[in-house]
Amino acid sequence: MATEVERKTDIGPPHYEKFLHPLVKENYGKWEYHETLAPGVLMHHGPAGDLYTVRVSSPRLVSINFLNNILDLADKYADGYLRFTSRNNVEFLLANKDNIEPLKKEISELGLLVGGTNNAISNIVHTQGWVHCHSAATDASGLVKSVMDELAEYFTSQKLPAKLRIAVACCLNMCGAVHASDIAILGVHRTPPKIDNATLPNLCEIPTTVASCPNNAIRPTSIEGKTTVKVDEDKCMYCGNCYTVCPAMPLADPLNDGVSIWVGGKICNARSEPMFTKLAIPYLPNNPPRWPEVTGAVKNIVEIYAANAKPYERVGEWINRIGWPKFFDLTGIEFTKYHLDDFRHAGTTYRRSLHNRY
Amino acid sequence: MADDLKTPLLDELEKGPWPSFVKDIKSLAGKKEMAKDLLRQLEKSYEDKRGYWKHGGLVGVMGYGGGVIGRYSALPEEFPGVSHFHTLRINQTSGWFYTADALREILNIWEEHGSGLLNVHGSTGDLVLLGTRTEELEPTFRALTEKGWDLGGSGSDLRTPSCCVGPGRCEYACYDTLSLAYNLTHAYQDELHRPMFNYKYKIKMSGCPNDCTAAIARSDMGIIGIWKDDIQVKPDAVAEYVDSGLDVQGLVVENCPTGCIELDGNEIKIDNSNCVKCMHCINVMPKALSPGKERGAAITLGAKAPIVEGALFGSVIIPFMKLEEPFEEVHDLIERIWEFWDEHGTNRERIGEFIERVSLATFLEGIGEKPLPQMIKAPRDNPYVFYEEYYAEEGEGEK
Repeated sequence: MATEVERKTDIGPPHYEKFLHPLVKENYGKWEYHETLAPGVLMHHGPAGDLYTVRVSSPRLVSINFLNNILDLADKYADGYLRFTSRNNVEFLLANKDNIEPLKKEISELGLLVGGTNNAISNIVHTQGWVHCHSAATDASGLVKSVMDELAEYFTSQKLPAKLRIAVACCLNMCGAVHASDIAILGVHRTPPKIDNATLPNLCEIPTTVASCPNNAIRPTSIEGKTTVKVDEDKCMYCGNCYTVCPAMPLADPLNDGVSIWVGGKICNARSEPMFTKLAIPYLPNNPPRWPEVTGAVKNIVEIYAANAKPYERVGEWINRIGWPKFFDLTGIEFTKYHLDDFRHAGTTYRRSLHNRY
Repeated sequence: MADDLKTPLLDELEKGPWPSFVKDIKSLAGKKEMAKDLLRQLEKSYEDKRGYWKHGGLVGVMGYGGGVIGRYSALPEEFPGVSHFHTLRINQTSGWFYTADALREILNIWEEHGSGLLNVHGSTGDLVLLGTRTEELEPTFRALTEKGWDLGGSGSDLRTPSCCVGPGRCEYACYDTLSLAYNLTHAYQDELHRPMFNYKYKIKMSGCPNDCTAAIARSDMGIIGIWKDDIQVKPDAVAEYVDSGLDVQGLVVENCPTGCIELDGNEIKIDNSNCVKCMHCINVMPKALSPGKERGAAITLGAKAPIVEGALFGSVIIPFMKLEEPFEEVHDLIERIWEFWDEHGTNRERIGEFIERVSLATFLEGIGEKPLPQMIKAPRDNPYVFYEEYYAEEGEGEK
C-alpha cells in the first residue's frame, strides 16, 4: 500500500557541487587562464588539466525534446555535464579535446549553432511576449528569431570590433532589462489604457491605482454611483504601471503597439563605466511574423558600427567618441522631438557645452 | 503532427539559421494539447497583433506566496488547451551547472504534469516551467521536491539569487560566487517563498567587474568581485603577447581609462594606485595578467528597470568586503538593509527608489554605515545642506 510521502517545503536548490564535472572540481578556484580556440570554443587551463567548453545557441523557449537531445549529447561527449550561460546559451564542458569536432558535427545536425564568444553577438536576452504575458506590446520569441536569423553570422564569428549584446523586452516593465544593452528592442504601447468601468470597481483598489501613476494622470471618479478612475490622457506616457496593479486598465492596441530601438548601453566596467541605452528609433510597427522594419534597423546599426568602431570599442563607447549627431548621420536614423528627454532630470541630457562637431 | 494545426504565420519562423521555437513547440503538438493550443493562440496573436492572456490570477502551492505565475487564456473556449497556462519558477543551481541525469528528472516530471515547454532560463535566473493547470501545481511541486528541487520567488519577495560561473570555470573570480549564491538562497528561504517585502528584491553575484550577471543593472543588490592590491603580472607571458604581434600599446595601454599602464619594450609597468580595476587589460591578456591577491567584492544597491521612476544602476554601498564562508558579514548587511527598507519604504518601492527618496545620507544612517567618497561620483553641486550641527546661544551649548 502506498504511504503518504511527507510534503517537503523550503528545501532550496540542490548543492551545486553535485553538478560539477570532476575536472571542474579539481580546478575549482585554481583556473590560470583561458584561450578561445574557435568561435564558441573555449579552453580553460588549470593545474588538473584543460577543460573545453562548446557554446551553443538556444531559443530559450524550448521543449523537453530539445533538451533531451542536448542531454544525450552531454552524455555522449561531456561525461553528462553541462551548464547554461546568463544569456541562455548551452555550454558543454569537455575533458577530452578530441570530442570537440564530433560534438560540433552533431550540434550542427540538430540545426544549432556554435558561437557567441568574444567579439560576437551572443544570444539575445528576452522576455515572454505574446507566448505568456498579459502586458506585452509585441512578441519576444518571434522578434528574437527574426533578428538572429539576420545576424547569425555574427554569432558564429568574432569579427565585430567588440562584443555586442542585444536584448528584447516586450513592454516597459522590461523583464529583459534592456536598459543596459548595446542594442535594445523594446515593445511600446502608444495609447492610454482603456478603462473597463464595469469591472474596475470590483477588481481594483482605487488608492493603489491612483498612486501607481508616475505622472499623477489618474484620478478617482464616480460613474453610476460606483467609484472608478479616469485618466488625464494628455499626461499619460503609456508606461503601463496602472495596468500592473489594476487589471481593468489594459493597454493592448493592435493598431498602435509596436517596437522602439535603443543603443549604447553596457554593463561591464571594462574601459568605460556602465551606460544606459539611449533612444535611437522611437517607433517601428509590429509586423509579424518577421518584423522586417525591426530586423532591418538593427542590422543597419550593427553594420555601421562594425564598419566604424575601433577595436574593443562597444557601441556606446563608439557613439561617445564620434558624438550623437554623427551617429544619426551615419545610420541615417531620423532625429525627432521624441529623442528629447522630458521625464525626471531631463536636463542632464541637454548639451551644456559647445563640444559639437561640424 | 496534429492535422488541425494551421499556423501559416508561425510557419515562417521555422525557416532560417537560428534555432526555431516554433519548430520546437510543434514537436510536442502531437501529444500535448497545451502545446498545440499555445501555437494556435499565438498564431491568432500574430494575425491580430495583440496578446490573448488574462491579467494574472492568484494560484500557487500550499504555504508559498510566490514561485507560481498564474496565467489564463482570454479565449479559453477557442483555445481550451491553454485555458490554464501557469508558470512555475524553479531555483536554478549556482552558476547554472547541471548533470544530464538531474535535468532529465525535471523533464520527466514536466512531461507528466505540464506542457513540456520551458525557459532555460528566465530573466532572473530561475529554471522556468512554462504552462500547466491549477490542479497540476501541487502534484508538480511534490514531484519536484522529491527530487530535491524547490520553487523560486515572484511578487514582493526575494527572487532566486543568481551568480556567474565564478571559480567553477573562470580565472577572474575574486570570490566564490557559487558558494555565496547557494548560501544566501538557503539562508533566506522564508523571504524567498513568502512575499513580505515592499516590492521585489533581486540579488546577483558576479565574480569580477566584467559583471556577467549584469548585477550593476539588474539587481537590487549586486555583489561584484574586486581586488584591492596589485594586478598580478607574468612578465614572460607579457613578452609572448608582444612577440606574437599583439598591439599592446594601441589595444591595451591606450585603452586604459586612467592611463596607468606603460609599455617599455616588452615589459609593462602598472601604477596600481591609479588602477580602477576595469578589467580591460586583463581581458585582452588573460595569460599574462590577473586580478590581485587581496580579493573580495564591492556591494551595490538599487539597480532596476525604468518602471516607475526611471531606470537605475546600482550604486556602491560597500566599496570592499572580504567574502568568506559562512558569509556572516553579508547576512548582517542584508538584514540591516531589509529592516530599514521594511520600516520606511512604501508599497511597490524598490530599494533604489527608496534610497533616492529618503536620500543616501539618511539611508546610510538607517543601516549603520558611514558615508565614504567611494560611494559617489562627486560631492553635491548645490548648497542646500541640511546642517544638523550648529552653535546655539550661550546656555544651550553645542547641539
